[in-house]
Amino acid sequence: MTNLLVANSVSKSFGNFKALNDVSIEVPKGSIFGLLGPNGAGKTTLIRIINQITMPDSGQILLDGAPLKPSNVSDIGYLPEERGLYKSMKVGEQALYLAQLKGLTKQEARDQLKYWFDKLEIGDWWNRKIQELSKGQAQKIQFIVTVLHRPKLLIFDEPFSGFDPINATLIKDEILQLRDEGATVIFSTHRMESVEEMCDHMALLHKANKVLDGKLTDIKRQFKTNTFEIGLQTSNPEELRHILEEKFEVFPATFKNLNDDIKMNIKLPLDTTSNDLLSFLTSKAEIHHFVEVIPTANDIFIQTVKNN
Amino acid sequence: MNHLPLIIKREYLNKVRNKSFIVMTFLSPMVMIALVAAVAYLSQINNDKKRIISILDETNVVGEAFENTEHTTYTLLDNMGLETAKALVKAREDFGLLYIKKRVDTLNLVNSVSFYSDESPSVSLISNLERKVEKRLSDIKLQHDGVNIEQIKASKTTVNIAQETFDGEKTSKVDSYLKLAFGGAAGYLLFMFIIIYGNMIMRSVIEEKTSRIIEVIISSVKPIQLMMGKIIGTSLAGITQFFIWIILGGVLLFVVSAIFGIDLMQIQSPQQDIINQAIAASEAQNVAQDLIVGFFNLPILNLCIAFLFFFIGGYLLYSSLYAAIGAAVDNETDTQQFMMPIIMPLILAVYVGVFTVIEDPHGTVSTVFSFIPLTSPVVMLMRIPFGVPIWQQLLSFAILLLTFVFTVWFAAKIYRVGILMYGKKPSYKELFKWLRY
Repeated sequence: MTNLLVANSVSKSFGNFKALNDVSIEVPKGSIFGLLGPNGAGKTTLIRIINQITMPDSGQILLDGAPLKPSNVSDIGYLPEERGLYKSMKVGEQALYLAQLKGLTKQEARDQLKYWFDKLEIGDWWNRKIQELSKGQAQKIQFIVTVLHRPKLLIFDEPFSGFDPINATLIKDEILQLRDEGATVIFSTHRMESVEEMCDHMALLHKANKVLDGKLTDIKRQFKTNTFEIGLQTSNPEELRHILEEKFEVFPATFKNLNDDIKMNIKLPLDTTSNDLLSFLTSKAEIHHFVEVIPTANDIFIQTVKNN
Repeated sequence: MNHLPLIIKREYLNKVRNKSFIVMTFLSPMVMIALVAAVAYLSQINNDKKRIISILDETNVVGEAFENTEHTTYTLLDNMGLETAKALVKAREDFGLLYIKKRVDTLNLVNSVSFYSDESPSVSLISNLERKVEKRLSDIKLQHDGVNIEQIKASKTTVNIAQETFDGEKTSKVDSYLKLAFGGAAGYLLFMFIIIYGNMIMRSVIEEKTSRIIEVIISSVKPIQLMMGKIIGTSLAGITQFFIWIILGGVLLFVVSAIFGIDLMQIQSPQQDIINQAIAASEAQNVAQDLIVGFFNLPILNLCIAFLFFFIGGYLLYSSLYAAIGAAVDNETDTQQFMMPIIMPLILAVYVGVFTVIEDPHGTVSTVFSFIPLTSPVVMLMRIPFGVPIWQQLLSFAILLLTFVFTVWFAAKIYRVGILMYGKKPSYKELFKWLRY
């Protein structure tokens, strides 16, 4: 798999403030890439550099193997976190204008708009002004404007904020469909559940530095601690609990199931496998619940940020 | 990709379709004409009012010299006490009472003339009365010293100096006023244009910031393109509005004066007095002919070309500054601190134009200010009708152009950084820092 977008050692300072320090990322073609990090980590600066809104002090961005050039604006669709539209302009006119700025001809823009307006069932909004729409409705327009010119690279900064669950799902499905049609997506978000759900790659920025990146599954493998969540039923829970606490490193666990006597997390030493634990447990009690604890994106995020 | 035409078109249409813009375009000339008509009408009423001023003259030599005029009648009172006279005048509802107190030395009346009235009289009325008393007194003095007044009166002459340049071009006073009018109009037009439409540009930049659309736009176009598109689009809208104002204003003025029969020329203003005097002075010649000759004596071609260039240059210079201010702040109330440095040179230019150029169009002050870029457009436009050497115009324009290029660079820097800054009001120091981002 080749990379659509590569950032090579990108740095950017504003006065004395270092916004990005030697950050490199690789975004594979056709992936959904999560760009994560706490507030002020440098995500927006990196996104703005990719959009050629800001120029990096040093480093380089490659799109499809070639350095970014002004004509690339039509290859990128960008939905900023601070979003907005001209309030007193009509929906249709505005969408046409923004599409033309992205390099579509008027006719192309009109055809695409018709397609999207029909798809999202908002055809009758054409002559309404933005200020007459609700926030969620305006967001829909903004989403359409972002994807209208069929860019290779889509960048969404907090795409779901402001949408109700129905529309959020609608937009999510649209994003996934765009990905299936060949687009590459960069996500910048704080919502870890959407990262979990959609992203296959991610990078974590913290205080201007990249602290983590790679395939989500690889990262999870890297962060897993050989811990298992178990639920047991036995006639003598007190004694067994005592034995387990002596033998392993254990943590309390909470999960829902029918009256298990013992619920706990057991962290195994690295040289012990799940099979070893299983065979040990089968001799002692009836096993109702046995799951490997896989770190969530949320856990990884918090752990990494805290450690740095 | 060049999106400039697209941006200009949007800015233009957005401005022109704006409801308040449309209302302003069509309402302003009407309001203006209504105002002018009202002033004309009122001053006519005012002129029609007759005033009676009673004179109580204890010296018996001064009061008799007052001659009635169209609007003022003077009535001499018989000798009576001041208090009785006051009561009488008040009862008759005369405008006022001029009281000349008797002195042993009739000629030493300097501080013994008073005027009583219900309403406080206008300055011109009092100085008019003073002049009359002074005139009468000096006549008496002269007579007293044995001078024949009739002789002095007969010796009064009026001189009208014929002006001609060394090249043989005839000019006249009317000519000078014409030059003044043209230069002043051009300079003032530029001044107004900058203030009105510069502000409009600023507001439109702020609007893009507050509606948060700016980031979407500049992910598609270069900030400088957006800025220039905004400036040009808004200017075109401004020119449209100006043309409509001029045409509509002209038509309305014609209609109003035809319907109400108000002679708008009769509105009195100090300038008009001067012009009237000038016209009176050269009455021997044909004034109308003078005006026409004077008009064709103006460096018309030079004036038109220079107007075009200095107008555009000056306007673009200022409007890029306005755009930078708009980008630096979040809302209009924060603009105040940055407006000062823009407004000051503009006002200075108009003052220099009005006070110095008229007095001495080729003096040091006028010349210097017609080279300083922030004042040069206005001052130079006011000077040009008086004839400015081409090299000076070219040099001044070159300086203006260089400054414009520098200002656009500077404004674009601030614009580029500023449009993405939210929340805090920047200081000058921070603006300076942005230049290096």
